[in-house]
Amino acid sequence: MTTEIKGKVFCFGDDIDTGQIIPGSYVVLTDPYELASHVFEDVAPEFRSQVEQGDIIVAGKNFGTGSSREHAPKAIKYAGISAVIAKSFSRIFYRNAINIGLLAIVLPEADKISKADRLTILLEQGKIRNHTKGEEYNFALPPQIMLDIFNAGGIIPYTLNVLKTRC
Amino acid sequence: MGLTVTEKIIANKANLATVTPGQIVEASVDVAFIHDNNGPITLKQFSRLPRTQVWDPSKVHFILDHHSPATTHRAAQHHQNIREFAFKYGIKVWEVGRGVSHPVMAEEGYARPGRLMVGTDSHTVGLGTFGCLATGIGSTEMAGVLATGKIWLQVPETIKIVLNGHLPFGVSAKDVALLLLKHFGPFFLNYMAVEMEGDLLQDLSVEERMAITIMGLEMGVKNAVMPVDDTVLNYLRTDETRETVYTADNDARYASILNFDVGQLEPMVATPGLPTNGVTVGEVEGTKINQATLGSCSGAFYHDLLQAAEIVKGKKVHPQVRFVIVPNTSRVVTRAAQTGVLATLLEAGAIISSPSCGTCAGYEVGCLAPGEVCISTTTRNMEGRMGPGGKIYLASARTVAASALTGYITDPRNHLGGDAHGS
Repeated sequence: MTTEIKGKVFCFGDDIDTGQIIPGSYVVLTDPYELASHVFEDVAPEFRSQVEQGDIIVAGKNFGTGSSREHAPKAIKYAGISAVIAKSFSRIFYRNAINIGLLAIVLPEADKISKADRLTILLEQGKIRNHTKGEEYNFALPPQIMLDIFNAGGIIPYTLNVLKTRC
Repeated sequence: MGLTVTEKIIANKANLATVTPGQIVEASVDVAFIHDNNGPITLKQFSRLPRTQVWDPSKVHFILDHHSPATTHRAAQHHQNIREFAFKYGIKVWEVGRGVSHPVMAEEGYARPGRLMVGTDSHTVGLGTFGCLATGIGSTEMAGVLATGKIWLQVPETIKIVLNGHLPFGVSAKDVALLLLKHFGPFFLNYMAVEMEGDLLQDLSVEERMAITIMGLEMGVKNAVMPVDDTVLNYLRTDETRETVYTADNDARYASILNFDVGQLEPMVATPGLPTNGVTVGEVEGTKINQATLGSCSGAFYHDLLQAAEIVKGKKVHPQVRFVIVPNTSRVVTRAAQTGVLATLLEAGAIISSPSCGTCAGYEVGCLAPGEVCISTTTRNMEGRMGPGGKIYLASARTVAASALTGYITDPRNHLGGDAHGS
């Protein structure tokens, strides 16, 4: 199986917390598209109007730190983002992202990538091609169980499969 | 090779003789709790699993704590949906006003040694104070736990933190938490288990210990455990023979062991941006404030209210400061009412709100306007957390109370009776 993800890059810095991704006042929302309409509202208000389906976020260290709110990866996913690449992720955000089917990739050399670069992610090969810069980066694949959950479309379809096997 | 406490709990819950860091296991959950902030999505996701039952309703709890009592019409609807779901499956709901999820789980005796606990609150890690493995998970993952009672875990590396010495006059457990955060930064302990021990712990109540373990999340920890001693056993009204108490093997493998001496610790303040931005209070003393807050799971226990009351007793809050107190459980309010602490705080001019997560995340209680400054015992101070453009300094209840009186960030040691720097 080959999963290819293509998109242009939006850059964020270190320690972007889930409250900056989706402010606390919107956490009563559950509709993913309604959440997406407020993504990065306070810290990057231009993001919503510039993002296109399939685009990729590239961030620094500790992306998604803070609250466990899953509204954060949801808002990102339903804004059209196909993958988040970061130097590192906060633990709960990383699990949440994969659990809802948003690809999260750890890439220590993420700072080589710039805003508006065009990337192709070759998931199973653990490679990212930067077409703008003519570079290629290798990343370590996540544990098999996370790939299985992601490939199933998230933890709900994955759990459905698990429950079916048990019956 | 010996095992750490965290490794022993994971091995037991995964039904394995031993585990090693990095290994992925499927573990059985003992307690799962869900709050009203993440609960609505859990319910929605669970409904995508047709004809599925909740694996064990007696092990599941709902706690209505983030928007409590219902702060918006939408929150009221979420609460109603949660109550209906809970009734359908026979799950306990801890109602609005009872308090913040994990302190309530502690008070109600569900946090016990050796258990595996998952909560939809990131600060669930604080329950490791009881010698259990407690960690936060997201809403959708929780829907999976409700269906199966299982969760996959990667065995974390363990780091040991030894806290030695006795706290100087006017210095609190919260200052220890801010010291550790300053030392490790926001990410250094990501994915790691932490074991905390040392003679300082003998001086601290269960709640004061929780003030430290809860804040561990802000340096990324997966879980934090403390030793099960008489303080913990007495709190749970139990003894060692009735609990599954694990201790680390002598040859357990630690990623590192760090010693801290708190004997000379000064009151700490985390400057706006991250809880790890710790400085000593002297470095920011004089900064003007608009609001002073006691709140959150880690900063509004009974001891926080008591310590604040000792400072404001017989005095008045500065006229340009709002002193907002959001106790973290209903038992804290009851006890503070019985002991006179509540009256002292009210007479000084404090505003007491209903027990909830309230002001900590700007959930409709005690929000800030752009440019306003707050000093707070809450858990986080990221940009915009209490409202866009508001600035948050984190500190102990004593520092917050002293600042509420003067209108600027203030060293509490000058507002305590007797020799401010002596015993």
